[in-house]
Amino acid sequence: MLEVKNLHAKIDDKEILRGINLTVKPGEVHAIMGPNGSGKSTLSSVLAGSEVFDVSEGSATFYGKNLLDMPAEDRAREGLFYSFQYPVEIPGVSMVNFMRTAVNEHRKYNGEKPYTASEFLKLMREKKKLVEIDSNLTNRSVNEGFSGGEKKKNEIFQMAMLQPKVSILDETDSGLDIDALRIVANGVNKLKSENNATVVITHYQRLLDYIVPDFVHVLYKGRIVMSAGKELALELEEKGYDWIKKQFED
Amino acid sequence: MAENQDKILEEVTGSDYKYGFTTDIETEVIPKGLNEDVVRLISQKKNEPEWMLEYRLKAFNHWLKMEQPEWAKLNIPKIDFQDIIYYAAPKQKPQLDSMDDVDPELKATFEKLGIPLDEQKVLAGVAVDAVMDSVSVKTTFKETLAEKGIIFCSFSEAVQEYPDLIKKYMGSVVNYTDNFFAALNNAVFSDGSFVYIPKGVRCPIELSTYFRINATNTGQFERTLIVADDDSYVSYLEGCTAPQRDENQLHAAIVEIVTMERAEVKYSTVQNWYPGDKEGKGGIYNFVTKRALCKGDYSKVMWTQVETGSAITWKYPSCVLMGDHSVGEFYSVAVTNNYQQADTGTKMIHLGKNTRSLIVSKGVSAGKSQNSYRGLVRVNKKAENARNFSQCDSLLMGDQCGAHTFPYLEINNNTAKVEHEATTSKIGEDQIFYCNTRGLSTEDAVGLIVNGYVKEVINQLPMEFAVEAQKLLQISLEGSVG
Repeated sequence: MLEVKNLHAKIDDKEILRGINLTVKPGEVHAIMGPNGSGKSTLSSVLAGSEVFDVSEGSATFYGKNLLDMPAEDRAREGLFYSFQYPVEIPGVSMVNFMRTAVNEHRKYNGEKPYTASEFLKLMREKKKLVEIDSNLTNRSVNEGFSGGEKKKNEIFQMAMLQPKVSILDETDSGLDIDALRIVANGVNKLKSENNATVVITHYQRLLDYIVPDFVHVLYKGRIVMSAGKELALELEEKGYDWIKKQFED
Repeated sequence: MAENQDKILEEVTGSDYKYGFTTDIETEVIPKGLNEDVVRLISQKKNEPEWMLEYRLKAFNHWLKMEQPEWAKLNIPKIDFQDIIYYAAPKQKPQLDSMDDVDPELKATFEKLGIPLDEQKVLAGVAVDAVMDSVSVKTTFKETLAEKGIIFCSFSEAVQEYPDLIKKYMGSVVNYTDNFFAALNNAVFSDGSFVYIPKGVRCPIELSTYFRINATNTGQFERTLIVADDDSYVSYLEGCTAPQRDENQLHAAIVEIVTMERAEVKYSTVQNWYPGDKEGKGGIYNFVTKRALCKGDYSKVMWTQVETGSAITWKYPSCVLMGDHSVGEFYSVAVTNNYQQADTGTKMIHLGKNTRSLIVSKGVSAGKSQNSYRGLVRVNKKAENARNFSQCDSLLMGDQCGAHTFPYLEINNNTAKVEHEATTSKIGEDQIFYCNTRGLSTEDAVGLIVNGYVKEVINQLPMEFAVEAQKLLQISLEGSVG
């Protein structure tokens, strides 16, 4: 479903991604790990459609369509979800209104009728329950005044609402205490099916105790230098990133 | 991204003005130009009593001695006051006994504007006075309102039918000597609306005036007078549009409000005059004097304005807080795009004890426009315990527009408590990207963000108006990214 080949991306002539290859199939969970500055967040925002970076080489396809040609909103409507490391506040815009617009834009794109208010509210109630989000969060403005944990829960709630095919979760565990981490991870697990896939980007093995990956990739200096099963995460936890750095020093 | 922004800004500025059509209707116009004879002619056309003509002439003679003010942060091209037609009236039968008598062409015009004049079709709960060019075309629900003793009629009619009320209150808030444009209006005003709410009456429906300029080369000079007697309440709406024309047209109106003891008036405007084209050609010059006198104790006036149109806006809806414990509130959204210029704000004059005022102003500038907030808070010597809070926010889109804030504070009583907060921000690219990743186009994202930004003000509008205003904002600003 998601096929990334030899992807290069730069910002201000500084090359950050230097040939990424990644294949994600339905039902899979991938973890991308790596030290600070290895390009993890760049990879996810390039895939999500950020125009901050220039893609200089390579390709990314999503169900056979050229992802890199699409504006960010079309990538989302095609079923790609990007959970922000730092979710953005939009004062004065209620979550309900925001999500209703988003969901109906998805439906319009797919040739479906927009939800009526009552259909939408019903859907929202179900999803809120599923991801254990407080009902008052959805009455507030988008992320405004939310705690770190609330923001991350809110990302997962949006993921539940939009029902994506591939979700890229960027450092979803950062800034979460252990209880919030469990709720967020539970949400992700409940949304998992054989038809969708998840790409988890993280520093630490901790999150992977809750969201168990099928594949672990190590990103270093803009390349995936190692891929293996979930045991790789444990090995990294034990040996640290220095182990990788030593092996792949330029 | 920069290229993308330009494209989006281009699209925005390209969006058409929906109300730019003209009505093909026979119009009676008087010759261009302004002199004493023209003033007399207007008065005669309206069949006015002698005192009204005298008042006009006093104002006209005063106007002759005045100069057009230049203090605003506006670049106003020289206005040739002799090149304007001061009276234009759609020709129709003089006496309107029923709806059937209104010219079908006029009816069609107002329907096209979303203002049906048939009472059956009218939005539930809104009575309308429709003004085209210099005359009131039709006032709806007059009879229903009369049962409660409420007077809602055209200004011309009020001069004939209620001369005592007009003599008593006209000019009592905005005197003809007040300013250049007010003096001009007093000399040549042609129509407008008059509202009187008797003691203890809560007006059951929204009252509204819809102003439409149609004739070419014509100025519109209307006036509105609202008097709310003790313990009464009324919510009043004002809407306006004009055809798309290459020349600039002048609109110089006066609105006066008087509230007695414990009376409350809520005055809402959605101003959508033709703003001119992308190059800044054409558009309405909007020079309006709006002022309320909170005469009675515990009375309250609330101004809410959403300003999206006009080439130039010069407008400061104000409150004179004379009664003890009286309250003035001002909520404003001013949106400028392309070459539009707006210098708008309010004046809160605290005279009585324990008076309170609140100012919430939200400016949104895009294109090459200039948007200024200008506000005065004055606390007089005897105004013990006056309170004011002002919040002025500016939002910029693109890098070619300007936002300016000019707050004036004149405090002459040391028990006063006055606070002023101001912010200037740009729409964040991160906010737009966040919306994009949820499937919202950049245009929709900007609409959503701006509507969020102005929500505090929009919330003050009556329901139907709020929905209209939101749509209008979306249209005027779709996707202007900063």
